[in-house]
Amino acid sequence: MSELSQIVQFLCTGVTIGSIYAMVGMGFTMIYNATGIINFAQGEFVMLGGLIMVSLTSSAHIPMPLGFFITVICVMLIGALFERCAIYPLKKPSVLTLIIITLAGSIIAKGVAMLVWGKQTYSLPHFSGDTPLIIAGAAILPQTLWILGILCCVVYGLSLFFNRTMLGKAMRACAVNPIAASLIGINVRYMVLLSFALSAALGAVAGICITPMLLMEFDRGALLGLKGFCAAALGGLGHSGGAVVAGLLIGIFESFGSGYLSSAYKDAIALIVLLAVLLLRPSGLFGSVEQNKLKDF
Amino acid sequence: MLRLQNINTYYGDIHVLKNVSLHVAEGEIVALIGANGAGKTTILNTICGITPAASGSILYGGDDITQLPPDRIVHKGIAQVPEGRQIFPPLTVIDHLQLGAYIRYRTDGKDAIAQDIERMLILFPRLRERQHQYAGTLSGGEQQMLAIARALMSRPRVLLLDEPSMGLAPLVVQDIFTTIARLRDEQRTTVLLVEQNAKAALNCADRGYVVETGKIMLEGTAQELRENHEVQRAYLGRQKRPIWE
Repeated sequence: MSELSQIVQFLCTGVTIGSIYAMVGMGFTMIYNATGIINFAQGEFVMLGGLIMVSLTSSAHIPMPLGFFITVICVMLIGALFERCAIYPLKKPSVLTLIIITLAGSIIAKGVAMLVWGKQTYSLPHFSGDTPLIIAGAAILPQTLWILGILCCVVYGLSLFFNRTMLGKAMRACAVNPIAASLIGINVRYMVLLSFALSAALGAVAGICITPMLLMEFDRGALLGLKGFCAAALGGLGHSGGAVVAGLLIGIFESFGSGYLSSAYKDAIALIVLLAVLLLRPSGLFGSVEQNKLKDF
Repeated sequence: MLRLQNINTYYGDIHVLKNVSLHVAEGEIVALIGANGAGKTTILNTICGITPAASGSILYGGDDITQLPPDRIVHKGIAQVPEGRQIFPPLTVIDHLQLGAYIRYRTDGKDAIAQDIERMLILFPRLRERQHQYAGTLSGGEQQMLAIARALMSRPRVLLLDEPSMGLAPLVVQDIFTTIARLRDEQRTTVLLVEQNAKAALNCADRGYVVETGKIMLEGTAQELRENHEVQRAYLGRQKRPIWE
């Protein structure tokens, strides 16, 4: 394999996995903006997305597109239910309490998933076959293009939602200043519910997309969630465009790192990149220092 | 129209409002004046549900709204222009006006809201020039106008205004008070005004209350308060007393 085709190959792998980190990172950002907390159950949404999709399409034989839709709705409902049962009932909780609750949520989700799906690893068929396309000597799976396309749709859809619709603007207003938002009649608790549902949906989409390539099992969520968190923090917490760029960057670093150094260091690379950036630029790539001072966490 | 009866409010253990009772009639401009930290802002925050009262009741047109959350109170027709303006810096001026009509969005539809936005832009021509700018880039006076316009977009029957003159140039202050009086005359908006600038407030208001250390010390028509010696000495700076007294 020539040098060039190897680089293209690594780049593609990196962008694919990076897109997944980007989606998970955006999920973190969305909940962080609405509530100021880091939702450690974010990775479990990815796992649930993958596994529910497996059950629907492989066991219940529902066609892929419909299964995709139903899975996203299911995980959204799970996210909303989690918010209503675990976050909503608390009166004036501290940010730390909430974060610990999300950790508990993640452990429960993992346990329930183990009971439902067992410990084996599941796979999904690729969306449109797995004959690789040869570009510049590199073999690129059609799934890569699917994932990139879906990431673009998600980013574009979300930017339309947040910039054009009343509900999206209301969510942004809540993120900036919840008290002022409630003074113009916006129900802040409802916006928090919505942010959990949306970010669960994002996680589900990421899970469905990645299962054909990386497989899925009950405890995959934590690591994917951690990488997504790296993306969110690297991009400057609360900055969803930043999370996308940072997610792609982490994916690319990881893929080049495991290609040129050793694949044993694959998971360490994301954390090293995160540590390096946070040491040199604690507000992340796109966050501003002034904004950082206002954050609770 | 709006009536507070024996309201007590606490911040943690601190007893901030002590048996506050006041009322505002329809179409009236009522001013709350008093020194820094007297509890004026807390009175407004208690009415709109941000710091709910521990005891006492707030009646609004016959309904008890004491324990309602802030967004429900806006639905009832009470809008607050919060202290320090509290705009959303990363949203544009137009976004703010649209969000101000958030509670009417489903019921009134886009056209009615577009008409109201147009009315706000006529009322505050400066906002028209800036309509596509981010609110964080506006000057203090423009932000204040935006905060008032945003509150008006919900078509409130009662407008609670917190320190509209704070940090503004005297000419802008005059502008804002003229606007408040016009709103009352043209749309019969009821206004409860909190102001440290007692002179400007009493010139514009029909009635007033003097608030000191969480209690209502004095009430009367604006005329009476303007002529009251204590008010003149403490808040209008007219009569100087020798320092040794």
